[in-house]
Amino acid sequence: MTLDLVPVLPELLVVAAAVAVLMWGVFVQRDTTRDGFVIAIVAMVAAIVALGAIGGDRRLAFDGLFVLDRFAVFTKIMILLAAIFTASMSVDFLEREKIGRFEYPALVLFATLGMMLMVSSNSFLSLYLGLELQSLSLYVLAAYHRDSTRAVEAGLKYFVLGALASGLLLYGISLVYGFAGTTAFGPLAQLLGSGGATAKIGVIIGLVFVMAGLAFKISAVPFHMWTPDVYEGAPTPVTAFFSSAPKVAAMALFMRVLEGPFVHLFVEWRQVVVALSIASMVVGSFAAISQSNIKRLMAYSAIGHVGFALVGLAAGGAIGVQAVLVYLSIYLVMVVGTFAVILSMRRKGAMVERLDDLAGLGKTSPMLAFVMGVLMFSMAGIPPMAGFWGKFYVFMAAVQRGLWPLAIIGVLTSVVAAFYYLRIVKIMYFDEPVDGLDRVLGRPVALVMAVATVGVLALTFIPGPLLAGAKTAAMALFPAAG
Amino acid sequence: MLYNAVVFLPLLGSVIAGLFGRLIGDRASQIVTCVLLGVSAALAVPIFINVALHHHDVTVPLMGWIHSGDLDIRWSVRFDTLTAVMTVVVTWVSFVVHVYSIGYMAHDKSIPRFMSFLSLFTFAMMALVTADNLVQLFFGWEGVGLASYLLIGFWYDRPAACAAAIKAFVVNRIGDFGFALGIFATYVLFGSVSFQTIFAAVPAKADAVMHVFGGDWHALTVICLLLFMGAMGKSAQIGLHTWLPDAMEGPTPVSALIHAATMVTAGVFMVARMSPLFEYSSTALTVVTVIGAVTAFFAATVACVQTDIKKVIAYSTCSQLGYMFCAIGVSAYPAAIFHLFTHAFFKALLFLAAGSVIHAMSDEQDIRRMGGIWRHVKATWMLMWIGCLALAGIPPFAGHYSKDAILSSAWASHTAVGQFAFVMGVAAAFLTAFYSWRMLILVFHGKPRADEHVMAHVHESPMVMILPMLVLGLGSIFAGWLGTPDFVGAGEAAFWGKALLILPNHGALVGRTGVPAWVEMAPLVVALSGVVLAYVFYSFVPSLPGKLATVARGPYLFLVNKWYFDALYDRLFVRPAFRLGRSLWLGGDGAVIDTVGPDGVAAAARDIARRVAAWQSGYLYHYAFAMLVGVAVFVSWYVFNVR
Repeated sequence: MTLDLVPVLPELLVVAAAVAVLMWGVFVQRDTTRDGFVIAIVAMVAAIVALGAIGGDRRLAFDGLFVLDRFAVFTKIMILLAAIFTASMSVDFLEREKIGRFEYPALVLFATLGMMLMVSSNSFLSLYLGLELQSLSLYVLAAYHRDSTRAVEAGLKYFVLGALASGLLLYGISLVYGFAGTTAFGPLAQLLGSGGATAKIGVIIGLVFVMAGLAFKISAVPFHMWTPDVYEGAPTPVTAFFSSAPKVAAMALFMRVLEGPFVHLFVEWRQVVVALSIASMVVGSFAAISQSNIKRLMAYSAIGHVGFALVGLAAGGAIGVQAVLVYLSIYLVMVVGTFAVILSMRRKGAMVERLDDLAGLGKTSPMLAFVMGVLMFSMAGIPPMAGFWGKFYVFMAAVQRGLWPLAIIGVLTSVVAAFYYLRIVKIMYFDEPVDGLDRVLGRPVALVMAVATVGVLALTFIPGPLLAGAKTAAMALFPAAG
Repeated sequence: MLYNAVVFLPLLGSVIAGLFGRLIGDRASQIVTCVLLGVSAALAVPIFINVALHHHDVTVPLMGWIHSGDLDIRWSVRFDTLTAVMTVVVTWVSFVVHVYSIGYMAHDKSIPRFMSFLSLFTFAMMALVTADNLVQLFFGWEGVGLASYLLIGFWYDRPAACAAAIKAFVVNRIGDFGFALGIFATYVLFGSVSFQTIFAAVPAKADAVMHVFGGDWHALTVICLLLFMGAMGKSAQIGLHTWLPDAMEGPTPVSALIHAATMVTAGVFMVARMSPLFEYSSTALTVVTVIGAVTAFFAATVACVQTDIKKVIAYSTCSQLGYMFCAIGVSAYPAAIFHLFTHAFFKALLFLAAGSVIHAMSDEQDIRRMGGIWRHVKATWMLMWIGCLALAGIPPFAGHYSKDAILSSAWASHTAVGQFAFVMGVAAAFLTAFYSWRMLILVFHGKPRADEHVMAHVHESPMVMILPMLVLGLGSIFAGWLGTPDFVGAGEAAFWGKALLILPNHGALVGRTGVPAWVEMAPLVVALSGVVLAYVFYSFVPSLPGKLATVARGPYLFLVNKWYFDALYDRLFVRPAFRLGRSLWLGGDGAVIDTVGPDGVAAAARDIARRVAAWQSGYLYHYAFAMLVGVAVFVSWYVFNVR
């Protein structure tokens, strides 16, 4: 047995960086937060470069526990980009709130590492390891603001519910192992495909528990309850991180599990996905209407978007996976940009996060309002903005696979959801201005905002490269069809 | 080039004044529109000489318009004698009204808009008269309707003006509905809307039938009656006339141009243009005659009791249009167009003079509060006299020639409807003279009835208003005399050429030379007696009208209420329509659609939102419970559903 470390090179870079940040923080006798962020960002950029260099041919490592294919490369790049952007937005915030410490970049790196392992997992054991590495880092990040009771409450809630979800997941894994006799994805798929599982219902119930555990990570209804509280309580940069990279990772893992080992149980798991999807779309659209805190609103928005993405997964097959990947990429750009705007909502130096605080932004800070306007129109899925194309592809996938009712519910709930996105535009442009927000934007925040706006506009008018990339990534999950 | 310019210069003026009016200012807007109209009017003269007098018919193709299957509609500008006559009338009257408006509208606050609309109207009217096919004619037809709507409602801050504008538009829609159906029917029968093609094919289709409402009808009659319905609306014939008196809410120059000289005659023009069709349908001609004769008489009776100076002239216009249709009905198209031509001058003159009077009397329009002002406004007074002489048909003024031609043609047609038209026409001629002099006497003569304040302000209008009236005054005096040998008379056949078709067996116009002397003299005699009666009523024995109104109260009220047309329509159509609209609005839209639709959905969404958000209690055990319930539901689902 030879140890091929090339496929895990990006992960190794991230690990090295995390350890380096910790060492640097311990041994250098001064504030090292900024250094830590620099190290983290450089390492993550290097990881992206490494991913590009290694390429996407399917390679296994660690005795088949780890797989690198185009799907993993595509999603890892998304995760790393999201981590880079949210991390760079964090520095100013942490320094201003005087909670900057070197552990923050280290935790971000560990969480990112966990996510990268998740999307590359090829067995339930590696899946669980990656997931827990990610989750533990995120629990700490949620409660990172130790002096804030709300942050601590959020972290605690997240931890307890996360532990419950992990328990469900583990129980499901054990059921599957008990009935199928393997935890590796490849053999499991062969077994289920050949009808070899003697007690199919046992595997299915195991699958349900696994799905429940994963649904918690993507905050699909009814496993979503933690989301609004954690989003609101956690420090804003952490919320931005939560709503971007882990969502992509968990969704990608969801797809890898369902379309991998359980691909032959498509008819069965599809029912759960449809139910999750409808419930998420409905709750995400309606509950957001009555929110007045923008972070809470973004939590429900995230729930709704997960519902829309699940429409693509319910459609299934390469076309469904492609639609989900397109949807996630566009969502990522929009959500990062939106949090950049939220992070710049400051009045007299203090963070504000009520919707009313945006009133009259169109007059007081036209550029900020314009960026937010573009993002909100895109979030609402108003043609021809990028968000529309995301919805278009998932709904088209659903329609092509005969899921008419799901697509119709999706369109209807997106109409409802459009209400609260457009209400933000209305508040910014038509309400009487309150005291203007502070005009100073941190340079990284402004940069992220610009990148996100340009990204949304670029995806609006030239979606071609993204579609092609998502297609090759999706095909990687179906080696037989390719 | 010449031919296009005469049509499109007014459009250019309209665009300049309309789009850039604020930029270039009031004065420049007036100058631009007047100069362009002036050029257009000047060009009309050589066109008239070339086309009408030297018989060089011209058709200038401009471009394709609609091409779909067999339907091929092109834009072109067609000039024959009929168009040339109309061009002279339209451009010249429009030009003098443009100039007059400089003075009349001097104190208005949106002069560029007014000038732009006037020029827009002129363009649409030119597009109408130069049309080469029915659809292009319809374009101009609707264009003048639009301009009329815009100008009646020009003072849009007055509710009465807005109501009148809407009324004009809606009543015209009814006529246009028939007109549009007529165009469709024409296309169905002939497979074309081009005049040339239609007219060439008419003899072959003379006996064609059309299947309508379960019966077979003479196709040409159906088409002609539908087209005539459009003409009735546009030319305010009885039944569809109610909009014209109300249209007097517009500025007076508008009344002169649109509601006297040009647009309202579009119906007459259209029927004359379609003479090759009407000639083959004796039923349609009979209907045209009867409607025209009844309108001529009806409107004249109403005019006798009106007290608003502009409404008197408006009903008079209605009545004179009736004369024109009488002439058309007995196939005397040249006489109809001749009357259209002379009427344009004297009626526009009367309106402009009325405007001058209103101007002098500090915007007073009620003739009962005028009187005795002739010394102060001598020019207006003289011009008004000329207009009335021409209107009443006193020789040698213009109206005499044309009205005479119409009445003797009616007599010479030797048909029952012809006789009817003659009788009605003579009666109307009597009433015409009566109400004209009633107006003259009440406005200018006798003792002043206005208060001193107003009388002190009575003043003659500026030259920019007088000069245009002088031009029209000259037309009112000489148009009949100049037109006689060509329009009707020895030269008429050569003059009209192929523009108008009269079948040989419809010889009313030719036969009119042989009518008895009393027929020739009757109109003049009754007109003079009308004048005398007016003097008796309003000058010699001023108490007489009041007594007569008390004695014959029924007939008087019948006339004052305009034969109860408006009341009848109000009861029959307007109020039920409002009632229906209100019930659909409050009951249908408000109670059903809004409650179930937008409002209901919004309320439901808000309600759901509240409930869903309420689940978010903040308690950890609630959240955990929800997750476990979810897992339990999914597991049960599979336990019971998967074998």
